[in-house]
Parts: sequence; C-alpha cells; structure tokens
Amino acid sequence: MFANYAPLVVDGLADAALIFFCAVGLTLVFGVVRILNVAHGSFYSLGAYLSVVIGSFLAGRGWPVLSLVALIMSPLLIALALGPLIERTLLRWTYGRPEALQILVTFGLFLILEDLQKLAFGVQPYSQDVPMRLLGTSHIGGMVYLNYQLLLIGLALVVGICLRLLLKKSRIGKLIIAVVVDEELARTLGIDAPRVFMLAFSIGVFLAAFGGALASPTIGVAPGLGAEIIVLAFAVAAIGGLGQIEGAALAAILVGFTRALAIYFAPEFQPVVPYLVMLVVLIVRPYGLFGSVGLRRI
Amino acid sequence: MPVRYILILAIVAGLLPITVPWLGFVFTLAVSKGLAALGVAILLRGGLISIGHALYFAVGAYAVAFLIRDIHIDDLLLLLAGATGITTAVGFLVGAFMVRYRAIFFAMLNLAISMVFFTLLSKLYYITGGTDGLRVATPTLLGLQLSRGSFDLTLHVAALVLMVALVLLIDRYLKSPLGEALGAIHTNEVRLEYLGVSARGVIWAAYTVSAGLAGLGGAISAVAIGHVVPELSYWTVSGQLVLIAVLGGIAGATGAFIGAFFLELVRTFAVGVAAEAWNAIIGVALLIVIFFLPEGLYGLIQRLERHWPNTK
Amino acid sequence: MNAILAVRDLRISFGGVVAANGIDLDVYPHEIIAVIGPNGSGKTTFLNLCTGYIHPASGTVTFEGETITELSPRVITTRGIARAFQIPQLFASHSVLENVILAVAARHGIWDVMQPLVRPSYRDEAREILSLLTLSDVADRLTAILPEGTRKLTDIAIAMALKPRLLLLDEPTSGVSTEEKFPLMDTIVGVLRAEKITALFVEHDMEVVERYSNRVLVWDAGRVAAEGPPHEILHSAAVLERIVGIG
Repeated sequence: MFANYAPLVVDGLADAALIFFCAVGLTLVFGVVRILNVAHGSFYSLGAYLSVVIGSFLAGRGWPVLSLVALIMSPLLIALALGPLIERTLLRWTYGRPEALQILVTFGLFLILEDLQKLAFGVQPYSQDVPMRLLGTSHIGGMVYLNYQLLLIGLALVVGICLRLLLKKSRIGKLIIAVVVDEELARTLGIDAPRVFMLAFSIGVFLAAFGGALASPTIGVAPGLGAEIIVLAFAVAAIGGLGQIEGAALAAILVGFTRALAIYFAPEFQPVVPYLVMLVVLIVRPYGLFGSVGLRRI
Repeated sequence: MPVRYILILAIVAGLLPITVPWLGFVFTLAVSKGLAALGVAILLRGGLISIGHALYFAVGAYAVAFLIRDIHIDDLLLLLAGATGITTAVGFLVGAFMVRYRAIFFAMLNLAISMVFFTLLSKLYYITGGTDGLRVATPTLLGLQLSRGSFDLTLHVAALVLMVALVLLIDRYLKSPLGEALGAIHTNEVRLEYLGVSARGVIWAAYTVSAGLAGLGGAISAVAIGHVVPELSYWTVSGQLVLIAVLGGIAGATGAFIGAFFLELVRTFAVGVAAEAWNAIIGVALLIVIFFLPEGLYGLIQRLERHWPNTK
Repeated sequence: MNAILAVRDLRISFGGVVAANGIDLDVYPHEIIAVIGPNGSGKTTFLNLCTGYIHPASGTVTFEGETITELSPRVITTRGIARAFQIPQLFASHSVLENVILAVAARHGIWDVMQPLVRPSYRDEAREILSLLTLSDVADRLTAILPEGTRKLTDIAIAMALKPRLLLLDEPTSGVSTEEKFPLMDTIVGVLRAEKITALFVEHDMEVVERYSNRVLVWDAGRVAAEGPPHEILHSAAVLERIVGIG
C-alpha cells in the first residue's frame, strides 16, 4: 500500500530538491548581503547551459561519466568567474544607496544576462540527459526509481546540512553572522566585511548555477528559463521567509509536493501552484513562514 | 514648466507624421508605453518599483479583446474607457494585497504576478487564444466604421490628446497632498503614520491609478496593433517600462513620455541592427542611466535649461 | 477631574529585558509633566506604548476615556495625540517648511487631489508655527543637512502643527544650545498654555524640568518609581542618588 505512494513521494522530494537549490542561494544572499538579486535566475540557466555544453563535449569524447563531473564543475566556474566580478563592480556601488537602485541594477543585469545567453547559446533548446541515464534505476520494494532523483534528494540534504554547519560552526560562518547582525561593529573588530559579502554572493551564485546544472538533465534548457526560475525562487524564498535557509527547505518541500499533487489532479495549473501557495502563505504570514520584520528604533 | 514640454511634444508628435506617415504608428505606440511607464513612475515616487507592470498593460489590452469578442462593444471610446475601468478595478484588488509590502518584496511580487498572468494567458487557450493571442478588429468611432488609415489617424490624435490630458491631471495629483504624501512615504513612513496618514491608503491610491494608466496604455496598443498576445505580460515588457520611467525621470509626468518617445524612436531605428540583443541593450541603458543620469532625460533637460536660459 | 491619559499596569519585555514593569499613571488636562530617569529605564518605550508603535503584553492605555492600547500610531494621532521624537523623524528630502506644511495638510485631510499641497492657507499656517519656534530663517533649507538642534525643533513644529490635545516630547531640548533652551521652552510652554494642550516631556536637563513642569515622574527599571512636584522630587536625596546618579 505504502509502495503505491512512494513514487509520488520521491517525485515530490526530487522536485523539492531542485526547487530548494534554486531558492536557497537567493535567500542566502538576501540574508547576508541584503540584496535580492533579480539576476539570480540567470545564474541558474547559465549553470544549466554550461553543464549541458561541457557534458555533451565530454560525453562526445567518449567519457560520459565526466558529464557528471560537469554538473559540479560548471557551477564552480561560473561562481568563480562571475561572483566576485559582479559583486565588486555592480553590487558594491549600491550598498548604502536607496533600495530602489539595487533593484534596478540587478534587474538591468538580468536583462543583459538573458540576452547574452540567447546570443551565446541560441534559441533552440539544449538537452543532455546522459548523467541521468548513466545513474540508472533502482528497484526498491517493487517500485522503480530513478537514481538521479535519489541523488538530487541526497545532494539537497547534503547542501542544506553543509550550509547550516558553515553558518553555525565554521569560522567563516561566524564572520558572516557577525557582519549580518551588526556590520559596523564587525568592521571595527577588524572583519573584512566587503570580503564577506563577496564570499556570500559567490556562494549564492554557485548554488544557483549548481541548481541549474543539476536540473539540466531533466529539462530542456532554453531562453526564458532564467525568468521562470527567478520568480519561482522568489516565491519559494518568500514562503519560507527571505533570508531563512530552513524556511527555504520547508517551502521547497511544500511547493514540491503541491506541484506533484497538481500534476495528478489539474496539470494545466501546475505552473501556477507555487504562486497560489505563496499567496495563501503571505496572506496568513506576510513575511513568510519563518520571516519577520524588525521595528525601527525611534 | 512641465506644461510647455508636453504641449511641444504633442504638437511635434502630431505634425511630424504629416510628412513621415509611418511615424504616426510609432508615436501612438510611444504614447501607449508612456502611459504605462507613467504608472511605474508614479510608484517610483513612493520608492516602490514595479518590475511587473506589464501585467496591467496586458490586462488592458486583453480587456479590449474580450470586450469586442464577448460583450460586442465596437466603439473606440467605449473600449478605451471600459478597458481602463477593468484594469483599474484589477489594480484596486491586487493593490489591497500589495500595499503591505515595500521595496524588493513589492517589486518581486509584481514580477511574479505578471509572469503568472503570462502563463495563464499562454495556457488557457479556449479563453485567451493561447500563445497565438486574439485578434482585435478595428473599432468604430461614434457609430462610423472608418478605413484603417483614417482610424489610425484618429487613434493617433486621440492618443496625443489623452497624453496631454493625463499629464496635466497626474501632475496635479502629484502636487496635491495625496501625491506629495506618496513622496514622503519612502523618506519617512513612520513620521507619516505619526501624522495620522495611512501610508497603505496613500500607496493603494497610487497603485490603483498606476494600474489604470497602464491599462489605458495597453488598450491603445491593442487597438493600434490589432492583435494581443501573452508576451504583453512578459518581464521584458516590464523591463522596458522601468527603463522608460527611469530614463524619463520622475520629476514630472512629462518625463515618462519623453522617455517613451525616445525609446520608441531608438527601437525603430535599431531594429535592423540589434533586434536580437534588445533586452541586453535595455539592461545596459538602464545601468548607464542609473550610474550617470539619475534624474533621467527630464532632469537633463532641466539642467540644460538652467545653463542656457531662454531669452525672451 | 478625569485624567486625559490613564495608564494601568503596562508591561512588556524584549528578549530578557523588562522594558515596562507595571507602569501606572494618570495625566490630568493642562498638566505639563516631566519624565526623568536614567538611560535604559524605559522612558522611550513608554512613549512607544502610549502611541501604539508597540503594544504591551498586558495593561491598558486610555485617552480621554477611550481605550487606545491596541490602536496604531496613525489612529492614535487622529485621536489627538502628537509626538516629537528623541531622534527627530523628519522628511529628509523636504525643506523645513514643507515638513510642517505636510503636517498641516495631514490635519486638514490628506485625501485631497484637487489643490496643491503648497497652498497659501497651509503655507501661512506653517510659517506661523515656524516663527513661534524660531525656525523662520531655515524655512527653505532641506532638513537632512541641518544641525541636530534645528532638526529637533522641526520635529516639534510638526507635532504642534497637528494641534493635538496631548503632546508627547522625547527630550525636546537635547541638541539645543544652553542659551536657547529656556527661550525655546518658554515658547513651547506658552503655546501649550494658550492652546490648552496637555504635555508630557522626557528630559535630562533638571533646570528645564524644575522650571517648566508642574509634576515630575521618576522612571526606574520600567516603572514610575516616584512622583511629585519638581521642587520636592529634584531635591530629594533618594531620587538624586539612585536615579540621577548624584551623591
């Protein structure tokens, strides 16, 4: 009996895992750098495109296994190449300036990156499902599961736990938290706040690109993916509470399952489901499940 | 001061197509985008950025299509009024929820709603025509069925008249207590509350007005082009509107139209060269304006006027 | 006579800090009450609680007989309570005059799109208030760049433009130069008496307290620890030692 529902559960969890990856970077960057990066979705699609391109190249050369490696390499490349660059040039200029400017700058960046991807990769969809096929399937309890889905769930757990450990236990995590709680005080203590911001932003870029890379074997990568993802990432991050990593995880699970249910009962509305969930959550809790707003001191 | 500019713009935009006829269409579209961008600019006054205002542009446009197809309204003026009314009502309802939020949350919620609308427009084929969209037949005017050419001319004139009228009205609104309170919100919302003023109420009013403006813009565009498609709600359109608003500057209502005309002209001439990278160009232009020209073109004109005052 | 402001057993904690520990007090019409006490004793929290910026965990605040405990600052302001802040809350990108005109317009009704904000009647009213508070010289300067004392005065001007029946002032003379303190308070208290406005002000300058208040409330650890006429309170050794730190 249970076995009949297990595939639905795994589907929902795997979907949740991908959703978690696309949202966690956004919420992390917001929590630390206090910037909601509208271009976040573009890093996701860049990660997807790049890993397809590299993966296809490697698979074509007769090393299909390396297409799996491409899934982690591409995001690293993107994060290293673009993270510090964008943070130092565009974002740093907006610190301390009105929030409206920050939105406009990241929105402008989004427009630029979307078209650059169109120019670089064209408008035809890319797909590369070698990593998924390579991992094959497992037979558990009489049901067949895609190992790739299990990998996604596992990786999401690993990343979630790593982030938590990073922030709560590691030295870097303590620096990040110090800067978040009281930036001025942190600076006077000698903490290099700009470096912390750069690091946090780059981690966010990595997580976005990683999400895209992991998603690429399951979807067709085409223009418009970035836009689709940024609104979804925002919806999930908003449901969980902006800046709350645990919130993003819970929200991802919530959205993943409602989406899986929607596919069974009302498939045409499946794309709209995350936003309906967001609407309901925000009406009840305006700042998300774990979010809160501080009152200004007067 | 603003009155002078908008009248000059209207007269130039009205007369130029006499010698260059195809500019009439370009200018009508510029007015439609300008109206929507004016909506964005109004919210910018309150420190709020809507990066999803294409939603109301699309609502206005599709409202025209539905009014023609399902309610069988033919008259241009009724269509424009009806579509604007419908969009204003939608803005009023969405605004009720939206006014709880500020800054990035507000921006992203607007984006999210506009993209959801895009998805719905694309998927609900039997209602909306799906990705093909809907045809918009040439409306009548006061009972007369005009030829396409005469109609385009009439629409063009009507658009310019609406532009001038709305600039005057919106400038009045922006200078009124309700409009100035909007500007006060993002400087010190707490103080405004301690004046007994409801910040939410002020924003709600502004949001409703801005939705109505965008709806009128969308309606004019629908009638001018003769066709509505889901892409009208896509984030790229919102991006253009934001750029126009920022380009035009938020000092006065005229700014949005200066920006809109500028952008439509640039697009017309650049279409052969840069159609593929249009969004990237908009993005770059947005960044340039933010970094180098924070008061927009309107501010630039004002600065020039100060350096070279009119000698009369 | 009935109290214009009645506070009963107001309590609230933030984290582990008890900011209001059972505040009980009555303010009678036309009184000018001074609130003194060490930093961190909860005086500003009290003003926040009275004006709805925060809501207590328990206790009530009553204004002119009506309970206002759970109302928002916006509603409470329309009921007739105005506030000037410890850190002046101004509209930074507007001039001093525009700040006060906004307050005048708010009082008359902000839902007005027919006429401009800056109209002769509002401007005259605002100018009158500015001249009362010696702000006429800086009327057209942007508040963002003005010295702290001037910003304080502007904050008070805004509050007075609302023509309240109860005025709450959080450290009105801090940031004001010593030779200007007395003239300023002379003016404010003069207006208060003429317009029959009740006032409560938080103050650290004991001379100002002695000279202008008719009753002093001493705050300590989130509650009213002592109260009485100024000459009594300010010369009480117990108060001076424990609360003010002298002795």
